[in-house]
Amino acid sequence: MKIKLLYFGRPRDTLKRPGETADLPPGIATVAEMLAWLRQRGPEWQAELAENRVRCAVNQELGALTAPLHDGDEVAIFSPISGG
Amino acid sequence: MTISIQTSDFDVAAELAALRTGHAEAGALVSFVGLVRDFSEAGRVENIFLEHYPGMSEKALANIVAEANRRWQLLGVRVIHRVGELRPAEQIVLVATASAHRGDAFAACEFIMDYLKTSAPFWKKEQTAQGGHWLGTKESDIERARRWDGQGENR
Repeated sequence: MKIKLLYFGRPRDTLKRPGETADLPPGIATVAEMLAWLRQRGPEWQAELAENRVRCAVNQELGALTAPLHDGDEVAIFSPISGG
Repeated sequence: MTISIQTSDFDVAAELAALRTGHAEAGALVSFVGLVRDFSEAGRVENIFLEHYPGMSEKALANIVAEANRRWQLLGVRVIHRVGELRPAEQIVLVATASAHRGDAFAACEFIMDYLKTSAPFWKKEQTAQGGHWLGTKESDIERARRWDGQGENR
């Protein structure tokens, strides 16, 4: 399935990209599983996308990393919220 | 306009004046301004950078304001959050509420800030002599937001 990925905060800064369109291989059904797949890209991804370091939003709603994914979803991955 | 996300500074007096306009029944105006501090755990702060999630940040703030309107009797709310690079002593955020009486105005203002700090998609990067680092969500802010669970929810 195709996912519109956006990065904010520390991941965006460290991985040096605002986002991408990801074509997920079959078998990935949740945000957590997608993160595991992204971590395989290399040591920086491994460090930056560790589950305890990131939060997510699916279709602009905050969600748990266990949130299911559907084709065409917009998924944002970011460091913990720190506005205000 | 209730919610603005902008790089430019805001004038608190002008915003409060606008909030009162048309509400002669308002007995109370409460406002909170969040400022950039010049010192943090990492030392002297040179500047901060605020990032947000365009599209979601406006919706998240609107949802928080809608929840405040459900829980308290409000005549008006104004929220302004700046983004981009800011320096010490600059204004970051304004939350202002108008109500017939001060109880609702105070509670709603605090509620909106507590929820903004924990659920509105903004991120702050602090630049100090030690370098730049992205702040995390403070445990104390999570606790403050939790306090509102069950309070005034059934109004």
